[in-house]
Parts: sequence; C-alpha cells; structure tokens
Amino acid sequence: MVRDNMVRDDLRSRVKALLAATDPATTDRLDFLRARFDAGLAWANFPEGLGGLGLPRAFQPYVDQLLEAGGAPDNNPLRNGIGLGMAAPTILAFGTDEQKQRFLKPLWTGEEVWCQLFSEPGAGSDLAAVSTRAVRDGDSWVVNGQKVWTSAAHKARFAILLVRTDPNVSKHAGLSYFVCDMTDPGVDVRPLRQLTGEAEFNEVFLTDVRIPDFYRLGEEGQGWKVATATLMNERVAIGGAAAPREGGMIGVVAKTWRDRPELRTAELHDRLMMLWVEAEVARLTGQRLRQKLALGQPGPEGSTMKLTFARLAQQLSGLEVELLGEDGLRYSDWTMVRPDIVEFTGRDAGYRYLRAKGNSIEGGTSEILRNIVAERVLGLPAEPRTDKDIAWKDLPK
Amino acid sequence: MTSESTNSDLDELNLLYTDVEDSLRESVHDLLTARCTPERVVAAYDGDRDLQLGLWRSLSVDLGLAGLLVPQDRGGAGATAREAAVVLEELGRFVAPVPFITSAVVATTALLQGDDDETLGQLAAGGCTAALVVPFSASATSFRPTVRADDDGKLQGRVTSVVGALDADVLLVPVSTDAGVELHKVAASGAGVGVEPVVSLDMTRQLADIDFTGARSTQVTVAESGDAAVRDALELGAALLASEQLGVAQWCLDHTVSYLLDRKQFGRPVGGFQAIKHRLADLYVMVESAHAAARYAAATAADHDPDRRLAASVAQAYCSEVAVKAAEECVQLHGGIGMTWEHPAHLYLKRAKADQIAFGTAGAHRLRLGELVGLPVVPA
Repeated sequence: MVRDNMVRDDLRSRVKALLAATDPATTDRLDFLRARFDAGLAWANFPEGLGGLGLPRAFQPYVDQLLEAGGAPDNNPLRNGIGLGMAAPTILAFGTDEQKQRFLKPLWTGEEVWCQLFSEPGAGSDLAAVSTRAVRDGDSWVVNGQKVWTSAAHKARFAILLVRTDPNVSKHAGLSYFVCDMTDPGVDVRPLRQLTGEAEFNEVFLTDVRIPDFYRLGEEGQGWKVATATLMNERVAIGGAAAPREGGMIGVVAKTWRDRPELRTAELHDRLMMLWVEAEVARLTGQRLRQKLALGQPGPEGSTMKLTFARLAQQLSGLEVELLGEDGLRYSDWTMVRPDIVEFTGRDAGYRYLRAKGNSIEGGTSEILRNIVAERVLGLPAEPRTDKDIAWKDLPK
Repeated sequence: MTSESTNSDLDELNLLYTDVEDSLRESVHDLLTARCTPERVVAAYDGDRDLQLGLWRSLSVDLGLAGLLVPQDRGGAGATAREAAVVLEELGRFVAPVPFITSAVVATTALLQGDDDETLGQLAAGGCTAALVVPFSASATSFRPTVRADDDGKLQGRVTSVVGALDADVLLVPVSTDAGVELHKVAASGAGVGVEPVVSLDMTRQLADIDFTGARSTQVTVAESGDAAVRDALELGAALLASEQLGVAQWCLDHTVSYLLDRKQFGRPVGGFQAIKHRLADLYVMVESAHAAARYAAATAADHDPDRRLAASVAQAYCSEVAVKAAEECVQLHGGIGMTWEHPAHLYLKRAKADQIAFGTAGAHRLRLGELVGLPVVPA
C-alpha cells in the first residue's frame, strides 16, 4: 500500500512534467501522443524506453485518468485493438530490440493500425493447420495464401501473420510468425459481410507478397509458440478487463428495464435478475482472477472469463430483444458498411443480439475453450490427435 | 463510474485468502480428515448422532471456532466473517454435521446485539451451544415472528423447521410484542419447551419443530433492537452459507474429476470423452465464479461494507444454485455408484438441496436484489 502510494506520487509528478513541457491545448495530437510515449506514460507495464515504466498494469488507469483530467488526448485505443491487445505484447515478448524500436511507438500512437492474419478458410479452431506458404528467397520471404476474419485489414499498415514455412514436418513444427506490410502490392483486402449486415471483417488474399526476414518474430519454425502467446493475450483482452458493476451488456439491458417500465413482466424480471447476478459474479470473478495474476498465480483461467463473457452477452442481448416486444421486431439498418470501431454494446438490440453470436466463435470457440479448461486446468485426457506425428503435407485435406 | 471503479482496482477488497485464513483452513481440514469421514457422517441418517457431539466439542473448544465472531473483550477470538467463511468452506467440503453456522454465526450474531455477555462468553468458549429459533427457510426480508409472550410473560407459539436446535442448550427466540420484536433466551430443556426432531432431507443438519407452551424466558435485547438483531443474524447466515455451498461444490467437482480420470469404459478414461469434459469445464467455471461471489460476501460482511447486503444476496442467488448443480453432476457423472447409499455423493446432494432453501431461496434473493439495485419487478 505504501509502495502503491509512492508510485502514484511519482506518476503524478511525471504527468505534471509532461503536461508542462507539452501543453495538449497547443500541441498537435500526434506530437503529444509521441511525447507521452517518450515519457513512459503510454503503457505503464511496458519497459522504460518503450513507452512504459515497468510497473504493474493496474497503474495504467490511474495515469489515463490524470491525463484525461489534464485535457490530454488519448490514443483512441478501440481503433487499434488488435495492435494494442495482441501485436504489441507479442512484439514485446518475441521481437528483437530493433523490431521493438521500429514498431511499438507508432503502434501505440495509432499512426500505424495493426491487424491479424491467422485464421484461414481451412484453419479455424485447428489454427495450426494453416496452409498459407512462405518460401525463403534470399533475405526475404515470398508469401501466398488466403486469410479470413481479419478486422481492420482495410485500414491496417501492418499485420501479424502466421504462415507455413516447412510443409515437411508436423503441422505445429512448420510454422513461422511474421510482420506483414499491408501496403505490399500482393495484399488484396476484400470486405466480408456478416450476419449483422455490416462488414467488420475482411478476407485477405496474399499473392507473392515479399516480406523481409527482418520482419520475422521469433525463430523460423517457432511460429506456433509465438501465436499461442498472442492468443492468450487475446483471450485476456476479451474476457479479463476490469469493469464497473453493470458494465457491458447487462448495463444496456438494465437501462432498458429502467427506462421502459411498461415492458416489465414478472417472468422477464426473474430472467433479468438471474443474468444480473451472473454478470455481477463474473465481474467479481474477473477481479479475483486479476488478484491471482498479481500474486503470480497465473494459468489458463483467462479462458474461463471468455466463456462466461460470451454466454452472458448472448443471453442478455437475446433477453433484451424479447423485452422490447414489438420494438424487438425492428432493425436499425442492414446497409453494408465497414465500421471504424466495433462496440458489442453499440447500435440497437437486434444488432447486439446478432453480433453477440460471434462472441462464442471469435478468439477461440467456446467448445475449444472448454477443451482447454478441461485439459489444462482439470487435467483430463487430451482429445485424440490423429494428425500429430504426420508431416503437414501428408495430412488429409 | 468507469474511472472510479478502475482506479479502485489498487485498493479493492481481497477475494483471495490471507496466510492466517490458510492456516485456519489447514487446522480445520486436518481435524475433519481424521474425524469426519463419510462413513461416520452417513450414520446420522440412521439416527446415530455420536459423531456430532464429539466433533463439535473438538472444533468449538479445541480449535476455538465457536468464538471466532465474538470480540476479544467479550470473551471471543475477535476474528471476522472472512475467517468464519473459511471454516464453512471446510465444513461444506466434509458435510460436517456440526452447529457452527447455527450457533457460532447466526445465534452469536443475534446475541452480539444484546448485553448478555455471560451467555456470549459461554458460547465463545464452547461451553454451550445456541440456536436462533426461526425456520431454516427464513431470510432477513421474509422473517416474521410466530412466538408471543402471554399475560404472565411466558412464551407461547410454535416454530417449525428450526436448525441447530437439537444441538443447542440455549434457544434464542424472537418474540412478537406490541412494541416490536424482542429477543428472548430460554433453556432448550426447560419446562414449556418442546423440541421435536423432524425427519429431514438433510440429516447432517436435522430440523426440529419447537412448541412453546408457557416457557419462562429472559429478554436479551429490547424491542427496538430485537428485529435488527434477528435480521442481521439471518443476513450474515445467508452471506456465509455461500462459503459452505462453495465447499460442497468444490468437493463434488474435485471428486468427480478424479473419479472420471480413474474410471474406464470403452478402453478409455471416461473423463476423456468430450461430452464429459465440457460438462466438467462448465462446472469448473461455475465453481470458480462461486468462489468470487462467496469471498466477496465474506469480505464485505467482515468490513461492514455498505455493499454487504447486496453481496449476500448475490452470493446466495449464485452459490446455492452452483452447489446443487455440482452435486447433481456428481451423482450423474459417477453413474451407478453415484446412486448408491455407499458413495457419499448423496450426502452432498441432500446438503446442497436443503441449503438452496436456507436463509431464502435464490429466487427470493433475486427479487430483493431487484429492489436493492433499482430494477424492480413492477413499475415504481
């Protein structure tokens, strides 16, 4: 506690110094964000020199609050969710010093948006089966294949990319992990319209895309290990953020309940309160999980948060459509748009209901997550793997 | 709202266990492992109450658990609801047939609001055991007294489905008077008190119906504080029962997983079939969540946090259902053996099902929560 207060005092003086040296009212937004990064106030948990101060992650909200109070702009984190939540921690963990210096700063400021080129039409839950090929050609690699479910691909400068560099070994062993420049002429991004009507995702076709070897993250053949680290971050990002009571979908439905007394029935009330209790317990479970992580008791428990999050989002959004009755029959807009920011709690009830269907699919299906919990937490036997010791090229496709 | 709560991340209530709580758990666990075996617990269903008395003496006197919630200057250990909750987790894990929650939590909490420090001291020392005379199903919001003082000041009335009364020397009786609810103390073996054992769904916590036919009593709280004493006691009962339910659920999960790793059919461990793995993964998520709910209820109660009533209702609404689900899954996933008298799964099922009704059902707590958080069932 005493130490926490000392850290907070220190953060206050650093924020003060930044605001004094770089007045946000008279400084260009990007210039201010760059100065903030250089002051170590971008992400507290990153190392010094890379936008952070090597502090526990829990101090960052405090910094954000101080800066917001000082009239400072933020880096619009929702616009670069993949970059901040997945690419950055992966670069930090596996990148060379040169790569960290090149990529992290413009990633954090939002100058360079990132996307993720992992899933393929033939590699969803079985991600290690990716067939996009990278073939070495001197100091670079030539990539051919097709990726799918890529949000922000149309505005991204870079991608994290999982490819097969060796088809002659087993599927997990032949993968490598790269940074892909999305401005390469061989990159073709096409919108993928989903059941909500909009195209939040893309298909990405890669044709003779040249990637310098400097853009490789981790060793050749270590791609699976790097990708696993990225995905763990994704699940923590999706299910593990601190939330206030009635944050997220429950807050939306509770507001409708409060605003529209004429819709209330006893039957809907009991269902609402069941979900209210579950949402509150999920919030406390997240709090407890973060306390465990802070004590260094980590584990695959992030998977459990995502399972709960997906189920509650679906049940709550479904309940709200019913609660709305006649209004639940209407839908705001089926026009194909490419949204800049996706908020699960945004737009109308019908949209939220439909969009929530993706919550139990994206970032690991709930079925795969149950396997992970059963095997890695409970120690139950793994699923039979018929493809484990066979070279990828010999697998039935 | 967002900034407020994220900022409080750094000084939020601890939902894990302190070292003191861990070592308390260990001593309770060791004692129960040695003494509270399923073979001895199940004997309660055939009328054998031998285990009860000796075990409670060891827990209350030797380990000093009876006085946990009593302040040191009133003869107790001066611990908090957090420690009592850890004890209840272990008692749940062993379906221990002891009157800890009835005497050391509920009756003691009611008595703490009065000035009968002699009885309180005896309770804390394990020299006597008490029970609050209300139906086990009563909650802080539903409770209504059914006993009155007659013209001679003697107690008249009947209270059904009381827990802990069969173990109690002292009965604490909420008495309805013109001025409000008074809390009275009577000797369980005194004249005009009839304690009738009831064949109960959960015989490890057997009910009694109690008739008062002119029993002499002593008032331990005045009318102004009697109602609050009873309701606070029931509130804490609900908050901490969640930890017992967590213990029940945890046992069911642990034993089901280990059984299914061992049990083979079709040449494979049954726990390797995905239909089973997914059910166990779901159950694990529920038990972990119950952990958070139960710890939050205990932590807010310990701190007299303004959130404690909400936390108690959240914990009951959630944990009571998880305990039942875990026990039902335990029976089902054990297959035939889970249906036998020999396997202890049924002890947990019966305890979990009875606990679902104790201190208010999940549905009753949800209704109350709706009021507490501004989500009422009917237009305001």
